[in-house]
Amino acid sequence: MSFILRRLVFYIVAAWVALTVNFFIPRAMPGNAVQSIMAKFPNLQPSAYQALEAMLGVGHPGSIWSQYVSYLDHVFHLNFGTDVTQYPAPVSTLLAETIPWTLTLVGTATVIAFVVGTGLGIVAGWRHGGALDRVLPGLMFLQAIPYFFFALILLELFAAKLHVFPLGQGYAQGLVPGWHADFIGSAIYHSLLPALTIVLTSIAGWMLQMRNVMITTVGEDYVIAAQAKGLPRRRVIFTYAARNALLPQLQGFALALGFVVSGALIMEIVFSYPGIGLLLLTAVTSSDYPLMQAIFLVITFAVLIANMVVDLIIVLSDPRARAREATR
Amino acid sequence: MTAILPEVLAAAPLPTEDVQPGRWRRMPPKAKVGAVLLGVFVLAGIIGPMVAPYDPSYQNPSPALSLQAPSGAYLLGTTQSGQDVLSQLLVGIRLTLELALIVGVVATALSVIVGVTSAFLGGVWDEVLSLVSNVFLVIPALPLLIVLLGSLQTKGQTATIIVLSGLGWPWGARVIRAQTLAIRNRDFIAAARETGEKTWRVISFEIVPNEVSLIAASFVNTVLYAIGASVALAFIGVANLNAWSLGTMLYWAQSQQALELGAWWWFVPPGLAVALIGTGLVLLNTGIDELGNPRLRDATSASRIAGYWLPPADPTPVLAEVSQHRGTLAGFLHSFSRSSLLDETERGWHR
Repeated sequence: MSFILRRLVFYIVAAWVALTVNFFIPRAMPGNAVQSIMAKFPNLQPSAYQALEAMLGVGHPGSIWSQYVSYLDHVFHLNFGTDVTQYPAPVSTLLAETIPWTLTLVGTATVIAFVVGTGLGIVAGWRHGGALDRVLPGLMFLQAIPYFFFALILLELFAAKLHVFPLGQGYAQGLVPGWHADFIGSAIYHSLLPALTIVLTSIAGWMLQMRNVMITTVGEDYVIAAQAKGLPRRRVIFTYAARNALLPQLQGFALALGFVVSGALIMEIVFSYPGIGLLLLTAVTSSDYPLMQAIFLVITFAVLIANMVVDLIIVLSDPRARAREATR
Repeated sequence: MTAILPEVLAAAPLPTEDVQPGRWRRMPPKAKVGAVLLGVFVLAGIIGPMVAPYDPSYQNPSPALSLQAPSGAYLLGTTQSGQDVLSQLLVGIRLTLELALIVGVVATALSVIVGVTSAFLGGVWDEVLSLVSNVFLVIPALPLLIVLLGSLQTKGQTATIIVLSGLGWPWGARVIRAQTLAIRNRDFIAAARETGEKTWRVISFEIVPNEVSLIAASFVNTVLYAIGASVALAFIGVANLNAWSLGTMLYWAQSQQALELGAWWWFVPPGLAVALIGTGLVLLNTGIDELGNPRLRDATSASRIAGYWLPPADPTPVLAEVSQHRGTLAGFLHSFSRSSLLDETERGWHR
């Protein structure tokens, strides 16, 4: 059985666990969630009451097993129920509106941070004890700052004081979203500061990790042998040392992905960026459980898919992994 | 905070130096800075609520005291409703550290129990426990925390502690499991078993003491996670908003528009406190790493030969013998984990 196939099975198990946990959370909680929702939103129709009961499992409509089956059926058809704050908008419509914003911003910024951080880590690991090592304590400080606090500071400096960037939002007010230059330009302009936040706060982590792996790799016999052979330095660094150090780095990337995404969600709240993080905040403040649950599932599945992609890259970039694939 | 800094700086490192001369000096400088930083905040957490000049929740009705910039009477200024920021900070540090400490202890204990059990029992137990930790490592923690805590009707400190501990153990369990697997087959364990020691004795007197540094590092990491997660949760309002913690301070500053009002003294102190506590923990952890892995230390022993920096020779690969003694089913299930790829690579290198 190939490595990829086995990992695929693992991700299916993880997805199933997430779905099941999500199913049982509202059913295990004390108190009647539906009644508290209905009390908060008097404009809800009685039909919404029944839909919520079925969704959250209050009032025990049918056996737990039939509830579970219909829940899975709903999720597979991307039917996350009706939103209670913006009733009667379906939750899936709200998600479809916000996901592109988050995906573009967080995706691009994370990849940039990873690539630049890894590059700096290669240099710092190779020149161990050099100039880049001396800025490490400062970088650790950057890494320890909560994303959202760093976002607040950047907003204060560049938006409130210097007026270089806008104070949040995804695009200028009055613009109609669409594929025209005005809107796209405004969207890019509004996303620069959030992107900078993600890059600056996460770059240190990638750099530190790559540096540490690189230091260990540079000491391996084959790297010393390559140097002794008199190979060009660039070749020794990139083809011999960095290529091998990159594998643990990629695994670290996959493992840290959930953390990075979580941080970015909170960061969106600070910038009032119209992504999924801001939607999560509205869901939390209005106790909108169906929306909260749907967002949890969407984020989890996005992270699982990204993990699978990283696994593919690992197999493709490691000749040993490919060789094992072939011999099995 | 700036006012109490000098005397605390002088006081914190002293006890260590008195008890064991030399050990403090031999610590890597990063660990020293980290320990001092943490010491300052732990001290603030212990005595903070006692020395807080005002009641942090007292809303001074005088309009002159709304949003006052830092001054002699209010060292860190006031909030929009006339509350003293310094008092909130001093009380808030304690609550945040208290939560992080309890979560750190509980979650680390859980990860030791799970990690050692799964490595020691082996077989199907090992694989089931490893699968569970791997699944919870890959599911993003914060959204899950929000869904769990968000559906509670009343959100208190206890609920946050339980949920954070319940989700904070997988990473530590994974590392400790790997280390236990490496130690399990050493001669001194075999000797202990031959002399008829019971399993629980072997585990608690032979195995766990040999993993103290790893457990310490895992504890520091868990505390870091607990601080970050609890502050983030409070910031979006999933916490008891009537209790003062660093997270709820940031929540009120954000929701009452401290930024738009230009009141930097309102949100900078709590955020900076979180950042400094975090830096202290990261520095401490890096210091612990450097104690264990000489290669990560400052490159004093590296020498430059013909334009290349050559570091000192190889440290012993500790985890090389991980995952050798597995049954067929166990080996099959283990191959589902991402670590299997690394394990196999390691073995390929050294054999």
